Amino acid sequence: MSDKEHAPANEPKQPPRQSWLSRNHRYIETNAFLLLVFAFVAVSIGGAVQIVPLFYLDNTIEKVEGMRPYSPLELTGRDIYVREGCYTCHSQMIRTMLDEQERYGHYSLAAESMYDHPFQWGSKRTGPDLARVGGRYSDAWHVAHFHNPRDLVPESVMPAYPWLAQTQVDSDQVQATMRANGRAGVPYTDEMIDAAKADFRAQADPDNGDVEGLLERYPKAVARNFDTQPGVTELDAVIAYLQMLGTLVDFSTYTPEASR
Amino acid sequence: MATKRELDEATQTETTGHVWDGIKELDTPMPRWWLWAFYATIVWGVVFVILYPAWPLVNGATPGLLGYSSRAQVASEVARARDANAALDQRILDTDLAAVEQDPELLQFAVAGGGAVFRNNCGQCHGAGGQGAIGGFPNLLDDDWLWGGTVEAIHQTVQHGIRYDADPDTRFSQMPAFGDILTPEEIDGLTQYVLSLSGTEHDAGMAAAAQQTFLDNCASCHGEDGAGMQDQGAPSLVDGIWLYGGDPATIRETITTARYGIMPSFSLGNRLRPEDIRKVAVYVHNLGGGQ
Repeated sequence: MSDKEHAPANEPKQPPRQSWLSRNHRYIETNAFLLLVFAFVAVSIGGAVQIVPLFYLDNTIEKVEGMRPYSPLELTGRDIYVREGCYTCHSQMIRTMLDEQERYGHYSLAAESMYDHPFQWGSKRTGPDLARVGGRYSDAWHVAHFHNPRDLVPESVMPAYPWLAQTQVDSDQVQATMRANGRAGVPYTDEMIDAAKADFRAQADPDNGDVEGLLERYPKAVARNFDTQPGVTELDAVIAYLQMLGTLVDFSTYTPEASR
Repeated sequence: MATKRELDEATQTETTGHVWDGIKELDTPMPRWWLWAFYATIVWGVVFVILYPAWPLVNGATPGLLGYSSRAQVASEVARARDANAALDQRILDTDLAAVEQDPELLQFAVAGGGAVFRNNCGQCHGAGGQGAIGGFPNLLDDDWLWGGTVEAIHQTVQHGIRYDADPDTRFSQMPAFGDILTPEEIDGLTQYVLSLSGTEHDAGMAAAAQQTFLDNCASCHGEDGAGMQDQGAPSLVDGIWLYGGDPATIRETITTARYGIMPSFSLGNRLRPEDIRKVAVYVHNLGGGQ
């Protein structure tokens, strides 16, 4: 078989006249670099429309009274929380739904994670949401629960974290961590960073520290020897962090605007 | 483009006019159902943008004709749930707690609602079934109560907690750490004496010798007979029910360092609504050990 035999007789010799769009599109498709540039522009527009408004829309940047940066001990506890991967099973984001409000309390506000770098919203709940766990349990409960969750909640599948109570944690890193957070936009002042090591100790050992100064710098901070052991353990830091979660905004005086 | 398109002989389908080695590309039209579904999604998208918040503008987003916001929606859902129970909730608030238990309708409502509150707020320490846990988390099923087992006493405990600093009305008492007050030998004797109170195996000689130490140091709260004192949250030492453990080593540790169990206040910061606190008090009172 040859092409000639089967070629239709009326096939035009010249290609049909093409539109402006069609001609130029051909040009783009045959220039890989140009195609790359235009594809990037198209994808960027999609991303920008979703991301850029978050930087100026009222409900994502609203200021809420009571929010403050984490105290040095809380910040250390937060780092341990991230290190142990708590976020893989625990969210910190109460959604605007009736059942979530009934179980966990007032829905989370964007402002409540404004000093989180990175935020701990999480994407999956094997354990309960922790956005408002602060003050919900006693320190003794946390100590026993971290040692072995099944001692308290027989049906729990949470792993035990006994090493937290056995590991001392020092404040050598905390000033650097605060400066790093400061670069990400957390308003740590020079005074806060200078006092960090003292605040770190005072929060876990309030009898031998300047608790007044700590509370002035970090209002509502809870200062206790959380694990009742001497020294500052990782458990002290984690419990200090957990006991403040969701406690900063006073919802008896603050009512979020419904229209936002 | 070419005005009239050529038909493929075999299938009678239009071709695109592209030819490779004599093979022509068919231009099979898309299925009707697919096309209409596609058009419908476009229409839906347009309608959605008109009705709901959509395009970001300078100071906010377009609000949409329905005025939807997730915050307003959850507020109305909460209000609807509250309204549905409002009449019964009001009766729970207005009725004496003891009388609630006499009214079958209110009792059923309180136990059902209180059970939900209990499982969410109390079960983590007291166990899902109220069985408690070793290490200072009391069993609520038996008739051994630290601060009283009447429904009013339970209500007070749930409302303001135990040793919860932030609530000025919280129940409070503090056992001294006798390690700072007594000698190790005296504590050893006291341990034997405490064991003897509940008829547990003990050293009778040491126990008898420690009786005066007990009367001087412990009886003011635990009572001369060791039966405890609910005004002080001082546990009974005679019933063989132990909060932290009844073996000699644990009793010794309790005397030496003392215990300081904390229960949160549930009225503080509106953690629970007053009607829910009343319901859960009735629920706990009806678990079996209520007095």
